[in-house]
Amino acid sequence: MSDTSITQEKTSLTALERQYILLTQNGLPIIEKPYHHIAKQMQISVKEVLALTNSMLERGIIRRIAAVPNHYKLGYQYNGMTVWDIDDEQAEKFGDAVGRLPFVSHCYLRPRHLPQWNYNLFAMVHGKKPEEIAKYRGQIKELLKEVLVRRNHDSGQQSLTQSNDMLTSTAILKKTGLRLKR
Amino acid sequence: MDNVTAEQPAKNTSTLAARKEKICHEIADLSTLDKSLINLLQHGLPVCERPFEQIANELGSTEAAVIRHLNELKSSRVLSRFGPMFDAVYLGGAFTLAALAVPEEDFDKVTEQVNAFEQIAHNYRRTHRFNMWFVIATEEADEIERVINAIEEKTGLSVLNTPKLKEFYVGLYLPV
Repeated sequence: MSDTSITQEKTSLTALERQYILLTQNGLPIIEKPYHHIAKQMQISVKEVLALTNSMLERGIIRRIAAVPNHYKLGYQYNGMTVWDIDDEQAEKFGDAVGRLPFVSHCYLRPRHLPQWNYNLFAMVHGKKPEEIAKYRGQIKELLKEVLVRRNHDSGQQSLTQSNDMLTSTAILKKTGLRLKR
Repeated sequence: MDNVTAEQPAKNTSTLAARKEKICHEIADLSTLDKSLINLLQHGLPVCERPFEQIANELGSTEAAVIRHLNELKSSRVLSRFGPMFDAVYLGGAFTLAALAVPEEDFDKVTEQVNAFEQIAHNYRRTHRFNMWFVIATEEADEIERVINAIEEKTGLSVLNTPKLKEFYVGLYLPV
């Protein structure tokens, strides 16, 4: 089942961009003039650092400069990976619509692996109570109701008769950061 | 899950104690300014010489208070990260989300086997026949397949590989 591993294009960075990532991937210093601090380390002017930052934002190298809360500490103890078996021809359109729902944090199309796995759309939801994520799942279902695939119940594959599911996490087994190494 | 946010220093969580970290953390006690900062800064920090001064003006606070509260939020780990979030693609790596259907009696053993691979970034237990879901992150694209093969060999289980084909949205706004 490992023949579909995606090959992502390796996107090239300039030496300055690389240096910028290495200096800030652990975080932006929370001080009066954070960009002065970076400028000093890069031995360029603050103006150049701000211009570089804006340029990397515009090109999507930086998604955003923001705070990422630990959702458990904010009381969002429940997360659900909702998975959907939807019509391939409509998948892009409806995936985009699901991604725009305010309570969806990640939304991806992924490959099915029939007969073990029939879901092609994944959307992650977070909530403070189990009922909350159940409600979100219901709202996604409402949005997708016309494109959910109805598979043959006689196929003998019980799991495939379901058009959607929600996998909640019950334990973090490992969590590490991802970073640029060189 | 595939967005690389480098949210915390890489640490070895494959020890017996950490391996079973249950999902129940204490909910943080937050001031009004803390809550405003968390809500506002999830959307983004302005790019300028003194961004925290600008944030303070928006919130009717002072630059010093904003800096102090943000540093406290970070050191108490209410914020797991503060700064630029880079698109994973530019970090030069490859990623996939994969899963295993692990027999209940083997779960601890398989957890150890899977977590032992340094390429496993996140690993969660989930409620499904496929009860173990993990992100494989490698420096080179062809390494993904090698890791999957090695996991299959080691565990004797078949890996469900679900790399993203299309991404619609990555971002999380949690109002407090």
